Amino acid sequence: MIELRNVSIRSGSFVLSDVTLTVPTGGYAILMGGTGQGKTTIVEAICGLRTVERGSVIVGGVDVTRFKPADRGIGYVPQDLALFPTMTVREHLEFALRIRRAARTLIRDRVADLSHVLGIEGLLERDVHHLSGGEAQRVALGRALAFDPQVLLMDEPLKALDETTRDRLCELLRSVQRDRGLTTLHVTHSRTEARALADHLLVIESRRVTERPLTLLATREDHADGSSSSSPGSATRLHERTAS
Amino acid sequence: MPHRHPPESPPAPTAVTAPSKQAHRAGSDLPFLALMGGLGGSYILLILAMLAADMVYTSPAHFAAALAKPEIQFAVRLTLISCTISALLSIWVATPLAYLLSRFQFRGRWLIDTALDVPVVLPPLVIGLSLLILFHLPIAGGNLEEWFQRHLRFRVTFQKPAVILAQFAVACAFAVQTMRVTFDQIDPRAEQVALTLGCRRSQAFLKVVLPQAWRGLIAAFTIAWARSLGEFGPILVFAGATRMRTEVLSTTVFLELSVGQLEAAVAVSLLMVMAAMAVLGIVRLVGAKVH
Repeated sequence: MIELRNVSIRSGSFVLSDVTLTVPTGGYAILMGGTGQGKTTIVEAICGLRTVERGSVIVGGVDVTRFKPADRGIGYVPQDLALFPTMTVREHLEFALRIRRAARTLIRDRVADLSHVLGIEGLLERDVHHLSGGEAQRVALGRALAFDPQVLLMDEPLKALDETTRDRLCELLRSVQRDRGLTTLHVTHSRTEARALADHLLVIESRRVTERPLTLLATREDHADGSSSSSPGSATRLHERTAS
Repeated sequence: MPHRHPPESPPAPTAVTAPSKQAHRAGSDLPFLALMGGLGGSYILLILAMLAADMVYTSPAHFAAALAKPEIQFAVRLTLISCTISALLSIWVATPLAYLLSRFQFRGRWLIDTALDVPVVLPPLVIGLSLLILFHLPIAGGNLEEWFQRHLRFRVTFQKPAVILAQFAVACAFAVQTMRVTFDQIDPRAEQVALTLGCRRSQAFLKVVLPQAWRGLIAAFTIAWARSLGEFGPILVFAGATRMRTEVLSTTVFLELSVGQLEAAVAVSLLMVMAAMAVLGIVRLVGAKVH
């Protein structure tokens, strides 16, 4: 479970206060909200990259508010992916396990398993500079999942991908999440992604997070699909309608 | 009368008309490029002209005579060794300092930034004088020079360590500048992700940041080496210009000039140019291969 209790975060002049949200164990929550509302800030606070001024961050029943990012055991896929430019795809998948000094056989098996599940077996020896958007996305996901975390945070992971790739990755995300029982928080602007993936819908507006019924996505869909929900721009506009 | 379409015929080619008076034409880029090339090229010309003048002035015989002198052979060896040590020391110190300045905001950082500008803006002679005073200022009944002699069993002032320290004091500031730009250009996101994957800061630095900083490290080494080679004022004041003891090539030029040996001074100057070009060339080649 991921739980934020009255969390306040300050970053320069940007302040988020009294954020409370819950993602139940094994649930797939989608966090939507307009630009500048603080979605990324919330994700970074959960994985420990932003200092929480007040309140508690609880992951898997443990209060991790004062834990270092390394000790939280959270898989994180940032918006810009931030792949390691000097490493091959294989080294990305091995990274978290090598840091944990895992046995060589375990690393080998995990890399084989992950690369098979993510469909990147053929890319293992490639460096990351020439990967396509979808491939890079799979590598970032594999890197985050390699140490078998129970919680996965993704910040607009499917942004800037074409529709076909995005649909495929949505299916992949859903199956990986179900198979591993991952508690997932996924930030997106896209209602298409939200419809495909969400068990829970969280909406941030006026810097407040509230859980909304999934039917909200379905009822707006009728309007949505008439005006094509595929382009990121239209998804954003639709979302803003949701928010307003 | 029924309306009749004219028989289909290929469309007449659009007549090419002369541009009207109102049409905008950007004109030639040639004067701009010529001006830029002319202004920029004048500096290249100055450098080449200086080198050409040196070469015309000296001869292979002067060169051979200068190189045959044991004092100059000693100066060549000491120059190569001291420049390499001070460049290595510079990147050893500049890398952590630049990383901290690039990644952390803290109170009093402006003070550190200003302090780092001191060796860059001060006349080098002042650096040498300051080092000399630092090592001989009475502190707690002794001074730094005595402390080095007593505890580390070597002398600094007017000895070889003074040469290296004088070079390092200036070169390191330039290495810090280079490394600072390098770390500023490396996206901190990757190391943040490394932290979430289980790294301590040190592991994120060594495994994720430093491998990306290779080119900057090589550039910082090169700049520190080149600065050390050109260092003269601080060495003269702090290490002296004693033949066969603290003489480096820059002091050789000064010593040869001071006794009227202009040909030898020019020959040594050209030797420094060649040494610098060789080292910079090798380091850049290695840098290119690393990437």
